[in-house]
Amino acid sequence: MESSIRSLRSAAAAAIAFCLAASLAACADSREEAPAPASLVLVTHDSFALGDGVLAAFTAETGIAVDVQALGDAGALVNKLVLTQDSPLGDVVFGVDTTFASRAIPVLEPYVSGALTEAEAPFLLPADQGGDRLTPIDSGDVCVNVDHAWFAEHGVPEPVTLADLAEPAYRDLLVVESAGTSSPGLSFLLATIAAFGEDGWQDYWRALVANGVKIDAGWTDAYYASFSGPSSEGDRPLVVSYSSSPAAEVVDASAPAPTGVLTETCFRQTEFAGVIAGTRYPAEARLLVDYLLSPAVQADIPGSMYVYPVVQSTVLPETWAAAAVTIEDPYEIDPAQIDENRERWIQEWSAIAVP
Amino acid sequence: MTGRWAVWAGAAALAGFLVVFFLWPIGEILWRGLAPDGLPDLGAVGEVLGRPRTLRIIGLTLAQAAIATIACLVLGMPAAYVLYRLRFRGRAALRALALVPFVLPTVVVGVAFKVLFAGTPLDGTWLAIILALVFFNVAVVTRTVGTAWEELDPSIEEAAADLGASPARGFLSVTLPRLWPSIASAAIIVFLFCSTAFGVVLVLGGTRYGTVETEIWTLTTQYLDLRSASVLSLVQVVFVIAVLWVASRARSRPELRTPSPGRPVRLADVPLIAASVLVAVLLAIPVVSLVVRSLRGPDGWTGEHWAALTGVGSGVGGGAPALSVSPLTALGHSLGFALAGTALAMLVGLGASILLSRRPASPRGRRALAALEGGLMLPLGVSAVVLGFGYLVALDTPPFDLRSSPALVPIAQALVAAPLVIRVLLPVLRGVDPLLRDAAADLGASPGRVLATIDLRLAARPAVAAAGLAFAVCLGEFGATAFLSRPDWATLPVVIERLAGHPGAGNLAMANAAAVLLALVTAAALAAGELARGRGVSSRG
Repeated sequence: MESSIRSLRSAAAAAIAFCLAASLAACADSREEAPAPASLVLVTHDSFALGDGVLAAFTAETGIAVDVQALGDAGALVNKLVLTQDSPLGDVVFGVDTTFASRAIPVLEPYVSGALTEAEAPFLLPADQGGDRLTPIDSGDVCVNVDHAWFAEHGVPEPVTLADLAEPAYRDLLVVESAGTSSPGLSFLLATIAAFGEDGWQDYWRALVANGVKIDAGWTDAYYASFSGPSSEGDRPLVVSYSSSPAAEVVDASAPAPTGVLTETCFRQTEFAGVIAGTRYPAEARLLVDYLLSPAVQADIPGSMYVYPVVQSTVLPETWAAAAVTIEDPYEIDPAQIDENRERWIQEWSAIAVP
Repeated sequence: MTGRWAVWAGAAALAGFLVVFFLWPIGEILWRGLAPDGLPDLGAVGEVLGRPRTLRIIGLTLAQAAIATIACLVLGMPAAYVLYRLRFRGRAALRALALVPFVLPTVVVGVAFKVLFAGTPLDGTWLAIILALVFFNVAVVTRTVGTAWEELDPSIEEAAADLGASPARGFLSVTLPRLWPSIASAAIIVFLFCSTAFGVVLVLGGTRYGTVETEIWTLTTQYLDLRSASVLSLVQVVFVIAVLWVASRARSRPELRTPSPGRPVRLADVPLIAASVLVAVLLAIPVVSLVVRSLRGPDGWTGEHWAALTGVGSGVGGGAPALSVSPLTALGHSLGFALAGTALAMLVGLGASILLSRRPASPRGRRALAALEGGLMLPLGVSAVVLGFGYLVALDTPPFDLRSSPALVPIAQALVAAPLVIRVLLPVLRGVDPLLRDAAADLGASPGRVLATIDLRLAARPAVAAAGLAFAVCLGEFGATAFLSRPDWATLPVVIERLAGHPGAGNLAMANAAAVLLALVTAAALAAGELARGRGVSSRG
């Protein structure tokens, strides 16, 4: 009997803890719903990050607080917005990327920041593909990363192009992520489609498979368990990752970087922001979109999210400029074309790569 | 009269919880998928099920879950015997340690297995996935069956032995039939866990060995193809119902239970102990690998990854860190959510077990109870992604406008943990002889008193074991928690996943250290529970 009393008592204590948690949640909710001062909900993906005080500066300037809510990866973010069209999850979205831009069009209000100049025009989408709703904020590249030490040690010259990866010299050296389950995996597939065209990419992938390409499900297992880089535990010296990944492997800034990117294998992704249709504060939401293009945010983006700011006049931080490479001519595909063909491409790719 | 009223009120409360936090959200998302224009599109069911890919994936899922379940039973039974029938020093600690694999995040264990298997013939094979599933789930068998085994009166087996039955014969003809209900319980849970396994299948199998769960995830998060995802979710519902139907063949027979504190080890126990040690070694290998890799740096052994747990991970070139909260803070969040989730799961699970153990006179009452039992098991077999999307579309109006509320995290955890509580407690309560309750009632005990002196008392010890299992589930839960979690109140498994998703020196090692920390804290909490439980036994025995 004693033990059952004890367990009842601990159950009661836990129940009280639960009620406390629930009532705290209620407090948080009531604060969010307060009409003045207006607070805006910025929905974004899990990789969103800005330096200390960057969003606070917006609040200081406008009196509007910003509540950041991360909703998963870029794909999950857009899908959640589409599913909750009738009762929006927030006021502003940041992080819609090139591959999901078309899908987001119906859930956004027509608005593009006036802060964009001619210099940023290359990042704008065509008007009928979201160009009137999506403001470009940053861009980044998915590229094949290379473990310099491995190639030096084995006396093999590093590959340069996508075509090189299918050469016998690079047999069993490349690991990629699945295009069906991973965002960099899909980007790499898109790079090959852009490079070899609708008629050629399938043959290229057959050649890659014949050359022993390894296909992992996600970035974590490809990078950490299959790649041979200094913080990884695998044995393959070539991996599909981000153009910013080598900067993360630098421990000693005076020594040469242990990994690098193959600059001719990159696919460019632009990330956009927009005003969510149905917001109660459209005017304030526009202010926030504009703020994301301000010098304060743009200058913070490289250090916080490891991508390039779209505003061309932004000065890159010194460490960043030293470690990151500039990709001159990355592969790109129109969002509308991606949206239209995504499922077919992935299925055709699966039939070749993961039969 | 008040007793009946209380029963109905309890049943209504349970059904209400299930409807609001599970059936309605799931129903709404399935309805959107299957009836996009307001009319059910039954053609979709036939079309999706008719695809060769769908059939292959259903077959693969069933085969994978069935093989892993059988392996878990074979490996878990000797350990259940040793840990719950024998008495030896360190038993409480071992019982707690046995649950460790259960809480480890799949992402770091997946990478650990991948590194271990690299270069062996197991690399990237189906067998590797099965082994990992066994690693994660064998503890369910040990604990569920062990808890019931502990409650069995050993004098019957001793009588059989005195009459000349060999140990094998005694086990097969005396012990096994009495353990059958709890074995069925464990098998249900393991089968459903294995059939909805997600992360580990992807990490170890690439995309080659898709399951119904990975397929649903791809369809919803990549293609937003709710139609096909809904059909596959219906397949999962059918799985759950079929599994419950099969398991309902193994119902407890009422009998008196005499919990025993276990007996000292004898020479005859050596083969089973040897088998258990082998299982323990197999379970320990990936865990030891995590520990070692959390202590290794580029220049050898180091404690820096452990020291880093108070920080927020390394960024690029001195930029923003990988995390918004430190693993230590996240551990605090995890413990808070898991306590709340466990309390809720115990409330639901204990209440449901008491209700479900009754045998109503009317066929309608029995059908209602069977439906409730099935409904409460569904969360184990239905995709966390689908539930997450369901919350987004359903819980958007007051009083259930909870989409951005942290309260959803323990609720989602409790939905997954409550079925386990029920599977541990129900066989025990169904085994209570109704004559016992009738006798108490005849002697003038009120229904509340009957409940307190008979049901709750008999269920007290298994309830502590069930609470431990529920706590472990809540701490380790990733799918639904990750979907609902927000950076400010991220849990430890979510933080570990984020760390393992960032390139950079030390981030993976830090994720490994955080996983080991999660395991240590879990084991310590469970060991404390075991000690309390053990004291309860000896003071009575």
